[in-house]
Amino acid sequence: MQRQTSLGRVVRVGLLTMVGLFFLFPIFWVFLMSFQTNQEILRIPPSLFFEPTLHNYQVLFSGRLETQTGTLEVRFMQNLMNSVILATSSVALSLVLGIPAAYAFARFKFRLGEDIAFTLLSFRFAPPLLVLLPLAIYFQQLGLINTYTGLIWVYQLITLPLILWIVRGYFEDISEDIEHAYRIDGNGWFKTFWKIAIPLAKPGIAAATLLSFIFAWNNFVFALILASADKQPVTVGALAFVTASGIQYGQIAASIVLSVTPTLALALYAQRYLVEGLSLGAVKG
Amino acid sequence: MTYLSLTAVSKRFKDDVVLDKASLAIDRGETVVVFGPSGCGKTVLLRLIAGINEPDEGRIHIAGNEVTFLEPEQRNIGMAFQNFALYPHMTAFDNIASPLKARGMKGTEIARRVEEVGELLKIGHVLHHLPKALSNGQKQRTSLGRALAANPRLLLLDDPLRNVDAKLRYEMRIELPRVLKAFQTTVIYVTQDYKEAMALGDRVAVLMGGGFKQIDHPSEIYKDPDSLDVARLFGDPTVNVVDGRIADGAVELLGLRFPLPGHLDPGPCRVALRPESIEVTLDETAAGSMPVDVGDEGRHGLAVELDAVTPLNVRAVMLLKTADGKELLATCSEDEATRLPRGHKNVTAHIRAADLLFFDQAGARLRPRPN
Repeated sequence: MQRQTSLGRVVRVGLLTMVGLFFLFPIFWVFLMSFQTNQEILRIPPSLFFEPTLHNYQVLFSGRLETQTGTLEVRFMQNLMNSVILATSSVALSLVLGIPAAYAFARFKFRLGEDIAFTLLSFRFAPPLLVLLPLAIYFQQLGLINTYTGLIWVYQLITLPLILWIVRGYFEDISEDIEHAYRIDGNGWFKTFWKIAIPLAKPGIAAATLLSFIFAWNNFVFALILASADKQPVTVGALAFVTASGIQYGQIAASIVLSVTPTLALALYAQRYLVEGLSLGAVKG
Repeated sequence: MTYLSLTAVSKRFKDDVVLDKASLAIDRGETVVVFGPSGCGKTVLLRLIAGINEPDEGRIHIAGNEVTFLEPEQRNIGMAFQNFALYPHMTAFDNIASPLKARGMKGTEIARRVEEVGELLKIGHVLHHLPKALSNGQKQRTSLGRALAANPRLLLLDDPLRNVDAKLRYEMRIELPRVLKAFQTTVIYVTQDYKEAMALGDRVAVLMGGGFKQIDHPSEIYKDPDSLDVARLFGDPTVNVVDGRIADGAVELLGLRFPLPGHLDPGPCRVALRPESIEVTLDETAAGSMPVDVGDEGRHGLAVELDAVTPLNVRAVMLLKTADGKELLATCSEDEATRLPRGHKNVTAHIRAADLLFFDQAGARLRPRPN
């Protein structure tokens, strides 16, 4: 390793700060906006100095927005709950279906195995809008439109391929001999899967869970078409802030802050499982 | 009594025939070393016995019961892998305890047993460490401990000393027989190091070309190989092979005539000559001159050029060149090697006639019949 000169260190810190500012500034700005009134947000030139207000958050929690044209109902809290239900259930279902499937694809060679895996991946190739119209008609006929079940089902298009392909890679990285050793110790294949394969693929499972949760949480277009107001997640619900009396920037900013919180919390929580290297040193490479 | 038997076992991977009707019978309590060049199917053989793979043909019996298609967990065997294959998320203790837990042993009993195995293998002080905190030697002992812990009826060791350093390998080569004796188990030990095979095996089974070429006691295989391929596998430096011709009760090779100890059919043959059967003396014989036939004590002198001397710990290896350019390897003690001159020098090589091994053109052993 070369020793860093002090000049090099200063340049490094300077560049890192610039990159950090560039990426974090919009988030910081939205955070500030959520404590401002619409007038403050829209004034020109914008200013960093203002009198903070919790009004935007009050509106979101109370669900009532007073405007010049009357009182509007805001379903933000319900939307947030819908987002939680949809994202959590979709990811949970995908984990239950995807992890065993990923294991099968990683460990067993069977007829059409690769084709099936690729087909599942190809679900992500089609532009959602292309699929949505026929899907909406089918769902109408099946009575699945505007139901959690229907939405969770459609969300599998997002979450399942992601979990399947990421976790499969991690399973493939585990030395088969470790599993063979456990079988020879006297354990059946399911116990081997449960006690060896899953714990060793944990970093991959954590990464896949986090990613698919973010994708499911951020999805907009599926719910826009397939759900009406009472089943809509926050992404679609935010449209309600475009009102007859103007766009409610303050409430949009506050709802962004609130709806980012669960993903952020999950990311921080999952971080410790994302640390790789657990399997290092077990097998001589 | 035969404890493990493989009967005409074959295994193919796609078009690659790894084992072709290989048969082997092992007695209870015996340690058999399966030895062969890399890629000869040694590990596949162990995997078939362990139940990780199924044979395409043939039958495997353990203690009289057929196990050919049983799952690995139903076979009650222990196996140590070449790459250790420890469970990275479990401590050394839990690794060794794993087969005991699977057999439903109670907690206190497990602890007692693991401590015992840990003491025997000298890893008692690191049992609470995760594998990544263990040295290679400790990992290897842990994996051995795991294989032995449940006192399996059959122990499979897949080249367990391959991945540890030379010093440790020597230690284990001495220690392993003691450990194995303590468990009185039947052992199949796979290696591609002939010294390990000679040191550890009650018998050595030479696996080559999909089948067992010779199964015998270590010293017998060295002294009395069935084929040229087997002769070539044992010994470092490897055996010298020269073309010869049998005629009139004698064999001609390198321009010398050696009387045969028995009868062999006349014709061309190949002769294997161990490096330690060639002794080099500093006689003043001019290079290219006619070979001298000293003939005393069954040794035959051959004028050669000494090209190089390589000290190899206690022994030295000499590269000799005959007048017609054939290269031979010979060994001597390192003390003797210090007498030898640096650089090229004409010397005399004495070949011990009694040590010559004869093979036909295809490499099968020719044994002189008593006259």
